[in-house]
Amino acid sequence: MRTPSKLRRFYEATEQVVVTDRDSPPRLLFYGEDFLVEDLPVGTKVIFPRPPVAGLPNVKAAIRQALNHPEGCDPLHAKLRPGMKVTVAIDDISLPLPPMRTPDVRQLVLEVVLELLADSGVDDVHLIIAIALHRRMTEAEVRRMVGDRIFEAWWPERLYHHDAEDPDGLVTLGSTAHGEKVIVNRRAAESDLLVYVNLNLVPMDGGHKSVGTGLTSYEGVKAHHEPNTIRQSWSYMDPEHSALHRSVDRIGRVIDEAIDVFHIETTINNRMFDGPLDFLMKREEAFTDLDRLKLEGMRAALRQLPRAARRALLQAVPAPYEVIAVHAGRTEPTHAKILEASYGQYMVDVDFQADVVIFGMPYISPYSVNSILNPLLVQVMACGYFFNFYRGKPLLKPGGTLIVAHPCTDAFDPVQHPSYIEFFHRLLPETRDALVLERKYEREFAENPSYVHMYRTGHAYHGAHPFFMWYWGENGRQHLGRIIAVGADNEHVPRLLGWDSAATLAEAIDMARSVHGRGAEIAMLHFPPIVMTQNRG
Amino acid sequence: MPAGGKAAFFDVDGTLVRTNIVHAFAFYAMNQGTIFGTAWNTARTLASLPFLWAADQVNRKVFNEAFYAFYRGQSEDRLVVLSGELFEKVLRPAIYPGAAKLIEEARRAGCRIVLCTGALDFTVRALAEHLGADDLLANRMHFVDGVATGRVVPPIIEGAHKAVAIRDYCVREGLALDRSHAYSDSFSDYPMLAVVGHPAAVNPDLRLRNVARAYEWPVLSTAEA
Repeated sequence: MRTPSKLRRFYEATEQVVVTDRDSPPRLLFYGEDFLVEDLPVGTKVIFPRPPVAGLPNVKAAIRQALNHPEGCDPLHAKLRPGMKVTVAIDDISLPLPPMRTPDVRQLVLEVVLELLADSGVDDVHLIIAIALHRRMTEAEVRRMVGDRIFEAWWPERLYHHDAEDPDGLVTLGSTAHGEKVIVNRRAAESDLLVYVNLNLVPMDGGHKSVGTGLTSYEGVKAHHEPNTIRQSWSYMDPEHSALHRSVDRIGRVIDEAIDVFHIETTINNRMFDGPLDFLMKREEAFTDLDRLKLEGMRAALRQLPRAARRALLQAVPAPYEVIAVHAGRTEPTHAKILEASYGQYMVDVDFQADVVIFGMPYISPYSVNSILNPLLVQVMACGYFFNFYRGKPLLKPGGTLIVAHPCTDAFDPVQHPSYIEFFHRLLPETRDALVLERKYEREFAENPSYVHMYRTGHAYHGAHPFFMWYWGENGRQHLGRIIAVGADNEHVPRLLGWDSAATLAEAIDMARSVHGRGAEIAMLHFPPIVMTQNRG
Repeated sequence: MPAGGKAAFFDVDGTLVRTNIVHAFAFYAMNQGTIFGTAWNTARTLASLPFLWAADQVNRKVFNEAFYAFYRGQSEDRLVVLSGELFEKVLRPAIYPGAAKLIEEARRAGCRIVLCTGALDFTVRALAEHLGADDLLANRMHFVDGVATGRVVPPIIEGAHKAVAIRDYCVREGLALDRSHAYSDSFSDYPMLAVVGHPAAVNPDLRLRNVARAYEWPVLSTAEA
């Protein structure tokens, strides 16, 4: 029979939700390019990620298996015939985060697919990186994603970025019953077969979103990236209850009627760190003396470095993700299988909603790979992504308080995020109302020739992208009562975002308790790696 | 200011083409009809380079006035006739690969396309037509009896006067300055950029790049297609 102390250790090591008591160790929180180590109040429920699901032992074999036994259609080889026109579209490096260790799963899939195409006598093949309104990747980034061999053979004539602003490169396929315009890349639309190679990091990715969003234009994205649709999305991680995904699905079904789409979806586990940073994957209860030494050493080293060097250092560490599922075939049944695998990795069952939720905000987001997590992206990570990491009921009660640890530095990357700068410094001081911003300014930014040019020829996000980032936080903002930024290095960024500030986590918790009472229920999602809650009660 | 349409004002030299006004003059200097004329004009231009450099250090207006004096005595017919050849041989090959795309993007945004340059109008008219510009704000040479006097019809289009010319143009055409865009590569065009609502630096020199960063103006390149 286990003694009470052994029982407690067993519970702390195996349960995903651990209630903080007086003996609990301080918790590690991301704090931009640094970390905080903080004691949490007794009673705080800390929600830990599930352990990584075992990776597939032979990924290429799994890819071949998926291509040969697809969901709801003929195997890929049976669809191919000599002389046909094929387009292979690929997700960009906004996912996974951090970028995965090479070979990237997209490279593995492409190697199998391109070999199959060549063996079948299909020569008219283009590879298109489905960036939608994201930035164009640098050559080095593309090379890293597809591997040297494919890059050397295909770039730039037959491996290139989708251009959402090329008037001759887009075609309108029609409209959905709800009036959403269906616009896709012309080369993809005019192909005999469109193969989409996807990588799902979280359950909001993939499915009809891949083609319907990745290969469309500003008008196409705008159909669902608008405040009212976002306000009815509960949550992005639960496509069945997301108006955004319902819109994307309607668009995808119109695409499926016009184009033969063969979807290859992959997903990965949550093994985000290993090697010298493996302690970041552990619970604090399991920290050894060496882990504590490594943590303190890393924090001391990071503090000595300028912010840009810290960022470069952290972003240089690739993630040892492993592929846990590969499926292929028609979009919807394929996606359903991938979603199942993704939920199995991330979802932790909870039976409560908290008054106060704490997030440590990391140094990276889908829109800041090799760049700066600027204030607008901090906002989208808090209200858009982390808040939406749930199925069923949100972890936070309506009107609850969200506590976000991040320095909120007023720094932007003028190469990748030029329109964000104008949005943040010119528009937010005037209004934070998403509907007003959309009505008054969105089109001006979207059509600004400077931003269009930087998107098409440089490495800048589209002029309308900061609007979509603001709308992306809209369901969070509608639900939350208050957001408190912990450790902001200035006053004006939290103020422009409509947030309060606190110097320390303890101060922020006191501020939250002043509203919710001393008995307020407090929870913390323990990142890294990714964890989501599932409350079906 | 009427809140009507909008325009995109483009500096030319360094922004849309690699060349500058010296290239145009050098072309004329080397095409004088007689070998002695060509030799004399070429030698005269080369000998004046230190002086022109010094003038440019004082300011762009002094440089332009000194520079355009070199056109004195040239026949208007000849200058106009040679401008077609100037475009084909000098300007057209020097157009940046991304210039047409930027202009097209501005047109798609509903902007009237206006080139605003310190060059002489006859040297850039063919370029403006080629790029599909709606209007050209450029310097005009003063001619007497079909012969250039070497003086420019005032006000000279450069520096701060470009801003005045743009403002006057917007008033005249019923365009909104605050909705308009301006593009230049040079810090000397700071007034032209500052007068519109949406300035942008294109292939900027170091001073303009620093100003653009400070004022959070977009920094573009037309060097890529």
